[in-house]
Amino acid sequence: MSETPAKLPVWVDLILIPLINLAMALAVSGLIVLAIGESPLEALDFMLTGAFGYDQALGYTLYYTTNFIFTGLAVAVAFHAGLFNIGGEGQAYIGGLGLGLVCLAFDQSLPFFLILPLAIVASAAFGAAWAFVPAYLQAYRGSHIVITTIMFNFIASALMVYLLVNVLIEPGQMSPQTRAFAASGQLPYVHEALAWIGIEVAPSPLNLSILWALVCCFLVWIFIWRTRWGYELRAVGLNAAAAGYAGISSRRMILLAMGVSGALAGFVALNELMGVQHRIMIDFTAGYGFTGIAVSLMGRNHPVGIVMASLLFGVLYQGGSELAFEVPRINRDVVVVIQGLVILFSGALAYMFTPYIEALYLRFARPSMAAE
Amino acid sequence: MADFFLLFVLTLDSTLRLATPLVLAALAGLFAERSGVIDISLEGKMLGSAFVAAATATATGSAWLGLLAGILASVALAMLHGFACITHRGNQVVSGLAINMLMAGLTVTLGNAFYGQGGQTPPLPDEARFLELVWPGAETFSRVPLLGTLYAELLSGHNILVYGAFLTVPLTWWVVYRTRFGLRLRAVGENPAAVDTAGISVTHLRYLAMLCCGVLCGIAGAYLSTAQNAAFGRDMTAGQGYIALAAMIFGKWRPVPAMLACLLFGFLDAAAARLQGVHLPLTGEIPVQLFQALPYILTVVLLAGFMGTAVAPKASGTPYIKDR
Repeated sequence: MSETPAKLPVWVDLILIPLINLAMALAVSGLIVLAIGESPLEALDFMLTGAFGYDQALGYTLYYTTNFIFTGLAVAVAFHAGLFNIGGEGQAYIGGLGLGLVCLAFDQSLPFFLILPLAIVASAAFGAAWAFVPAYLQAYRGSHIVITTIMFNFIASALMVYLLVNVLIEPGQMSPQTRAFAASGQLPYVHEALAWIGIEVAPSPLNLSILWALVCCFLVWIFIWRTRWGYELRAVGLNAAAAGYAGISSRRMILLAMGVSGALAGFVALNELMGVQHRIMIDFTAGYGFTGIAVSLMGRNHPVGIVMASLLFGVLYQGGSELAFEVPRINRDVVVVIQGLVILFSGALAYMFTPYIEALYLRFARPSMAAE
Repeated sequence: MADFFLLFVLTLDSTLRLATPLVLAALAGLFAERSGVIDISLEGKMLGSAFVAAATATATGSAWLGLLAGILASVALAMLHGFACITHRGNQVVSGLAINMLMAGLTVTLGNAFYGQGGQTPPLPDEARFLELVWPGAETFSRVPLLGTLYAELLSGHNILVYGAFLTVPLTWWVVYRTRFGLRLRAVGENPAAVDTAGISVTHLRYLAMLCCGVLCGIAGAYLSTAQNAAFGRDMTAGQGYIALAAMIFGKWRPVPAMLACLLFGFLDAAAARLQGVHLPLTGEIPVQLFQALPYILTVVLLAGFMGTAVAPKASGTPYIKDR
């Protein structure tokens, strides 16, 4: 590191490099599709048609996008404090428990507009509580947050299976899930909401939680960049020792960041349980917590980037199901492969190409600088 | 009493079988972390190896070729982890996570494309698997009470990979604490700059450690699909890579305690299977999920410093930047 790195313009760093990393991930995925013996271009065509081709497909795409916005924001907030929250999966799962308990307790007695705020608070509180324990252990007992959040994912899974099989199961039923929430415990679908104002669209699982996801993006932006807490949180993330000398308690910031992160992850339950399934089910989180890591890495931990990356992953998920339906030799798991590759190229190998891009940039865009 | 004893021995017997992949993977993680590379991709490497081993054994009819191919696949993934974390100084947790996801998806995708059974590989015939080795005289001795039962049920009747795994423990101990490579390995995980000053390449040492890690994970994965089971199944590691990681931490980054932790976790697993639906005199029926969660709970409690201190190698998780 003897030479000082050349200064790249912002658009190269924020747009070009992520796009190159994404292109690498997609190129390798294309090679895998080719190795299976199918045409990558045809597969891409199926995926895009499946994700955007008709309004129901678009609804599914946006429904997945909603989950990824929540989990992506969750990972991003922790990242800003220098923490790697790998436990979004467990926090979303436990958040679902909180939301489900509220809906099951009050859906017979309270109207929707009272249940909704309670459900939002409960999912946030339960998710935050599940993140709070690893945060406390990191801040005060020095245990590594990556390891503890991984462990907490498994503990959450065991706990939820136990509760659903033994305690919360609908009486007289075999499958481990609760009874369905009554109508006042259900979020309206977007196609229903649009029908109220006279617009007809095909039914899809997309529900009003997407609006809350966008509100959360805005709130996270304010929190991170426009409040004192956010400033302190970023200071701890950049240099905990320096922040300490400035009088910022990194312990408090760890607790705050993980609490907010867990709460955001908990909101997945709003979309999945209150919006679509209308009951607590086994494994309703379906890996969305892990996808949040890919989303956050792609979106450079910024709400705008996260919305774009969430949309990308929404397309991958919905397009992937459609692709698996059209081409039997390819199944849905190819989406997980692409996810893994995106994390690899835009996370672990993020700066592999930077020196080359720097050199190219200096050579072509700024010949005068290279000559100096 | 004799019945109870037999039941106990049989539980210990399945403990050994269940602990085998954990022991191998925990030692793999130990090599990586002792050199300063955090490796949460034990899971992905085992999964990749399990698939490749089963597919190769299906194609060639040889368990040994399957094992070899599994090891190669796992080593390739370990090198990828090294390329990202050692060469390009990427985030080690991110890279590990990427490998886990990649393998979770790729094994099923390829399995489905090759065999069309939703990601499963076809069942292996006995010739293409590692079978139980019956020790001489096990049949005769089994009639001798206590000792005979122990010999016949516990010592005899495992496949070669089980014995291999437990022999790897003293071997790892010897390598880590009694060889020059081991001394350098421990040093590079604590203070890479000092190792570098002594004229030894940090990069080279860490890649060697990742090689050891890859080989051991490869054996663990092949064990799952060609010895313990007779095919590869979707997500067949089911978190065992993470349990192994927990066991390694539980053993405080030392081979023998890590093995004991694996045996404990294996025993919990075996006991859970035996106790399912059984009402115990004092506690009533213990939920099986408690047994499943116990390894993780115990590890969290240990990490929190409530059971002695668990201190990771000092440099683990930080890429080494050679200053000029």
